[in-house]
Amino acid sequence: MPTYLDHAATTPIRPEVLIAFTTALSSVGNPSSVHKFGQEVRNHLEAARESLARSTGANRSEIIFTSGGTESDNLAIKGLYWQRSWADAERKVIITAATEHHGVLDPIYWLADNQGAEVEIVPVDSRGVFDLGWLETYLAENAHRVALISLMWINNETGVIAEMQTITALAKKYEIPVHSDAVAAFGHIPIDFASSGLAALSISAHKIGGPVGTGALIVGRSVKLTSLVHGGGQERGMRSGTMDAAGAQAFALAAELALRELPGEAARISALSEVLVGQILRIAPDAVLSRGDANGLAATVHFTFPGCSADSMIFLLDAAGVSVSAGSACTAGVNRPSHVLLAMGRTEDEATGALRITLGYTSTRADVDRFLEAFPSVHSAAKKAGLPSK
Amino acid sequence: MKVLAAMSGGVDSAVAAARAVEAGHEVVGVHLALSRMPGTLRTGSRGCCTIEDSMDAQRAASVLGIPYYVWDFSERFKEEVVDEFIAEYEAGRTPNPCMRCNERIKFAALLEKALALGFDAVCTGHYASLLTDEDGNLELHRSNALAKDQSYVLGVLNEEQLKHSMFPLGASASKDLIRAEAEARGLSVANKPDSYDICFIPEGDTQDWIADKLGNQTGEIIDRAGNVLGSHEGSHGFTVGQRKGLAIGRPAADGRPRYVLEIRPKTNTVVVGPQAALAISEMAGTRYTWCGQPPKFTDEWTDILVQVRAHGDAIPADFTIVDGEMVIRVKEPLLGVAPGQTAVLYLGTRVLGQTTINRTVSAVSVEDELAGESLIGA
Repeated sequence: MPTYLDHAATTPIRPEVLIAFTTALSSVGNPSSVHKFGQEVRNHLEAARESLARSTGANRSEIIFTSGGTESDNLAIKGLYWQRSWADAERKVIITAATEHHGVLDPIYWLADNQGAEVEIVPVDSRGVFDLGWLETYLAENAHRVALISLMWINNETGVIAEMQTITALAKKYEIPVHSDAVAAFGHIPIDFASSGLAALSISAHKIGGPVGTGALIVGRSVKLTSLVHGGGQERGMRSGTMDAAGAQAFALAAELALRELPGEAARISALSEVLVGQILRIAPDAVLSRGDANGLAATVHFTFPGCSADSMIFLLDAAGVSVSAGSACTAGVNRPSHVLLAMGRTEDEATGALRITLGYTSTRADVDRFLEAFPSVHSAAKKAGLPSK
Repeated sequence: MKVLAAMSGGVDSAVAAARAVEAGHEVVGVHLALSRMPGTLRTGSRGCCTIEDSMDAQRAASVLGIPYYVWDFSERFKEEVVDEFIAEYEAGRTPNPCMRCNERIKFAALLEKALALGFDAVCTGHYASLLTDEDGNLELHRSNALAKDQSYVLGVLNEEQLKHSMFPLGASASKDLIRAEAEARGLSVANKPDSYDICFIPEGDTQDWIADKLGNQTGEIIDRAGNVLGSHEGSHGFTVGQRKGLAIGRPAADGRPRYVLEIRPKTNTVVVGPQAALAISEMAGTRYTWCGQPPKFTDEWTDILVQVRAHGDAIPADFTIVDGEMVIRVKEPLLGVAPGQTAVLYLGTRVLGQTTINRTVSAVSVEDELAGESLIGA
């Protein structure tokens, strides 16, 4: 059995969740039906909503179930943009960062290309940390033109953690709604929607041991949002379509389990991460920890290895039975220099040598050791194979 | 052996990989991402390296039960194949990008990477045969499927590259048999259309594509005596041997159509003349390589066959090396040979070597042409 160290891509479904999920799938009933079957399923769905609300510090009615992080991001960004720009034609600016996930960047650039939105990019430093001084200055001069701000809580590639409270405090002065993609954050750090100051927050089940295909957008009760999907008016009219009660239950349970474990897990993962980082730097002294000394998630260990290509390292590690990623993959499965690293000022050659090793709830010291055993020869062979641009 | 099967997503490379697996090798499938804009879908027979090709290759690897990866060579491909293709046209030459891709990407960048990562060989679906002579030296030969033979585009490989190459389709009799084999093996690409066009030219129209890259600039069309016959919108829009698209007002003295004989990019001039004047008697190039063992004597004329395009005939010729230049004299005049094309030398079915043609010598003198003498083939 190969060693799985790509938990940020997706993490194994938790056994308890799998049982709850399949059990729920086997019961019949549309939660919108008024009869006993419908009521039974509706009860489970609403219990799940309540549970997920507790796990996120949100109000029950603020949880909008979706198909996952990308849908949540699209709903938040397009929904807020339409709402705000229709209410006030001057509000065309969307503020984001070039290090965001494609689930955020692509809807924003779609709005820019097709709906007249203007994009403003918060600069990041070489560690991927947002320049909030820039944001403050920009808002002071242009707040009246801003439709929304979308900045991720934890970067999915580098693991760098944003100062979310500072961001929302800056925006609150001008009552600008802030959306955050928290797909990489939820379940890994405590999140309290009520005190976050956010208007909307995207989360996903499969990153915390739930099934793929389930996510949620948490939308503040006072926040107005135009729906992408029109139909039966489910989910506060923001997301029509028969509700996925089984997915919701599985998601809620996965969140409960992840959060219950969190304090102990955080310490355990930190210890594993420390070993990993230390040993990688011993094996490859020229390796660069992508987020540098910035505050980051221990579970995400992201390096660039000068003179190596991710293609080579991933292939060799895979052959040695260790599964990791380069950080992002396109649909064709090609590793391209990551837009996140390029935004952080890396050259294409530097970005080509990226490797993301991510730990999760099933990770053990043995997994870390297997990586460290394989890595010295992988690194030297990859260096020999060189860069695709040479 | 540890074999890297280069899988384009087509039927040939899929069957080649299957045969390598069956021969007992440890095979890994690799698709080369060559486009800077991945994610486009295939139209017709065009477009290597589309997302669909990558998926087809993935499906084939899955059926064969081998690991599969996509490696990005788009930057190298752009620099060494696409940019050079444009530069060659700009210089008035006629390049062969598939040949460059084999020379610089598949059997260079990819092979070097494969060797560094612990592979012993790269396997492709080219129709060509690798044979061993009595002394154990490797020789590249034409495929048994002569209609599909691709030894020409592999003519650039040297001995070292041959040592690490594997062409499992060489002994096959025909493409139909390969398709039938693919079908029998459950490979869904069995009926996928062949690709004939240049993979990076999406609409398949090279002239339009080149004009788009290089822009238009009016220049003169002249005959070999220097008489101005008309004008054109850019010399890069022409290739030697071209007949169509020449805006020449008055007819030729002999009433016959005129053809592009030469392109002079420095002055943006296109030289035209009768078809017979396309005939060349000699061609030469300084950039030459030997495919396997070089011939023992290269300072005297040696009987060979020469082929100047992928699907052209090989014609009798002889060659020698003079002052670092490979000079090839054809024994019958050869039409439409342009600088930039590759001349591949054959000894029977064996590929001996190749050169990129730098200069040609016309078989017909200007005086003969102007005197309207009976010209070859006229």
